[in-house]
Amino acid sequence: MSALTHAVTDSTTMLRRSLRHTLRYPASMVTSLLVPVLLLLLFVGVFGGAINAGMTNSGDYINYIVPGILLVTVGYGSSTTALAVNKDMTEGIIDRFRTMAITRGSVLSGHVLAATIRTMASLTLVVGVALLMGFRPTTDPVRWVAAIGVVLLLVLALTWLAVAIGLASPTAEGTTGFLLLVQMLPFISSAFVAPETMSGSVRWFAHNQPFTPIIDTLRGLLMDTPVGDRGLVAVAWSAGLALLGYLWARTAFNRPPRP
Amino acid sequence: MATTPFPSAITATGLSKSFGDHVVLDGIDLDVPRATVFALLGPNGSGKTTTVRILSTLIRADGGQATVAGHDLDREAAAVRGAIGVTGQFSAVDGLLTGEENLQLMADLQHLGRAEGRRRTADLLERFDLLDAAKKTAATYSGGMRRRLDLAMTLVGDPSVIFLDEPTTGLDPRSRRTMWQIIRRLVAGGVTVFLTTQYLEEADALADRIAVIDHGKVVATGTADELKRQIPGGHIRVRFADAAGLDAAARVFDGSSRDDEALTLRVPGDGGVRSMRALLDRLDAVEAEVADLSVHTPDLDDVFFALTGTPTGTPTGSPTGTPAGNPKANPTGARAGADTTEPTTEKETAR
Repeated sequence: MSALTHAVTDSTTMLRRSLRHTLRYPASMVTSLLVPVLLLLLFVGVFGGAINAGMTNSGDYINYIVPGILLVTVGYGSSTTALAVNKDMTEGIIDRFRTMAITRGSVLSGHVLAATIRTMASLTLVVGVALLMGFRPTTDPVRWVAAIGVVLLLVLALTWLAVAIGLASPTAEGTTGFLLLVQMLPFISSAFVAPETMSGSVRWFAHNQPFTPIIDTLRGLLMDTPVGDRGLVAVAWSAGLALLGYLWARTAFNRPPRP
Repeated sequence: MATTPFPSAITATGLSKSFGDHVVLDGIDLDVPRATVFALLGPNGSGKTTTVRILSTLIRADGGQATVAGHDLDREAAAVRGAIGVTGQFSAVDGLLTGEENLQLMADLQHLGRAEGRRRTADLLERFDLLDAAKKTAATYSGGMRRRLDLAMTLVGDPSVIFLDEPTTGLDPRSRRTMWQIIRRLVAGGVTVFLTTQYLEEADALADRIAVIDHGKVVATGTADELKRQIPGGHIRVRFADAAGLDAAARVFDGSSRDDEALTLRVPGDGGVRSMRALLDRLDAVEAEVADLSVHTPDLDDVFFALTGTPTGTPTGSPTGTPAGNPKANPTGARAGADTTEPTTEKETAR
């Protein structure tokens, strides 16, 4: 077998391993699914009426909030990945993989593939719940494909970052900072309310942080409104973060193990 | 053991490794013939694990050369990985998978193919007494079972050289015996085993050759018997009722070593009736009150003590004490003369 077929076989083996973990212990996936759904219920059901009253240009609040909820779903999914990678690194099995004649990065690509499948499944379920709650997105298939593309790129970006953090943290606790970041950042973005309603420096931050252009782009694509240059900014952020995460993960993985 | 018809499974010359300022390996030479058990024996922190990590391609040495299974460690790392199996100090099993799935995972990563993978998995489950637990996740296994699964996973790829880093640390006596049997059977099948241990008994029971390592240097190599021969006799251990007795006795026994905390004195001697009587007479003469007394025939512990000036595992407890090693002990070790650290040499000749 050539090096390439080995790489594919080994990555598939590692993917199977990661998916088996998910299916055997679905608790973390259920949590990362439950939080976005609860946020959806909370914001639409509890705050929705009040927020709706303050919004000038849009229809239903649920149509406004779903893109942000999708981002939260991706964020929670990636924190599961950070934990899984960290567990591998700290439990000794990585040393076994490293001393075997297998494609070196296959354990990481297995994690990333599994995370992508996991997160896309979660996203499908969240969109399903949103549809049941009255979410009415565009019916244009081209825009849907573009939206899925944007989400996929975001999944890759956050997953590679999560893998890097899982590799770099000496303990599982070390990854909680990442979870906190992906939990908090959506709140200071255009996910739940328009940044224009925020004050001073918070508004500046909300407008310029990476999640906002991504959410705006998704919102434009799903709700059939113009995307403008936000699309380009969103893709640039995602691609940049994905590259950063990938390079960081590669460096962390190739660093000699701790003595 | 000096001559063998087979080429070496592992060779190393001048392996060195430092972490920052801390020198972990200070020029290690090794030569392990094929189909033998080689034990690297030393206390915690002596460099055993680092040696295994270097030889198993996990980390790179700062200096020196090594070959494993005929392949150069630096230039042919992939070929080395294809020939070795490693069972580390901490079990490297996937706790979320069952025993069977763990083995199947290894089979898949070794590209064995479905049928062969299944055959080997079933065979190893049976050989390692894991059939009943095959469908349970490894997280539920006992320490001994995890260790067995760990070793079974190492064997899926049919390695010709196996590294076992402290394979029985933390195991109960029965599991340790089982592990020893497994290791013996492996070697009978033509596999080379490189194991590290801090148990002298284990090296004695398993190894064809032993290298004693201390502070990153090999201080002696040989068979267990060769090493034991470096100690001409045993010692008598005398425990005193009070410190005054210990002080008085320590003054009259040349070449003894004292442990102030345990109130004991190790006096070189073979424990024969005549020497015992002389010892008791001298103790009476200084009016030291003896709490108890025991005779020790030489074991690897004594060898270790003589070679390094410290008992295994623990640093010396008595700063004023001199090592029990007989001045004659050291020069008999072929390598010990050259490799022994300076402080030890000083102590050996100080008296």
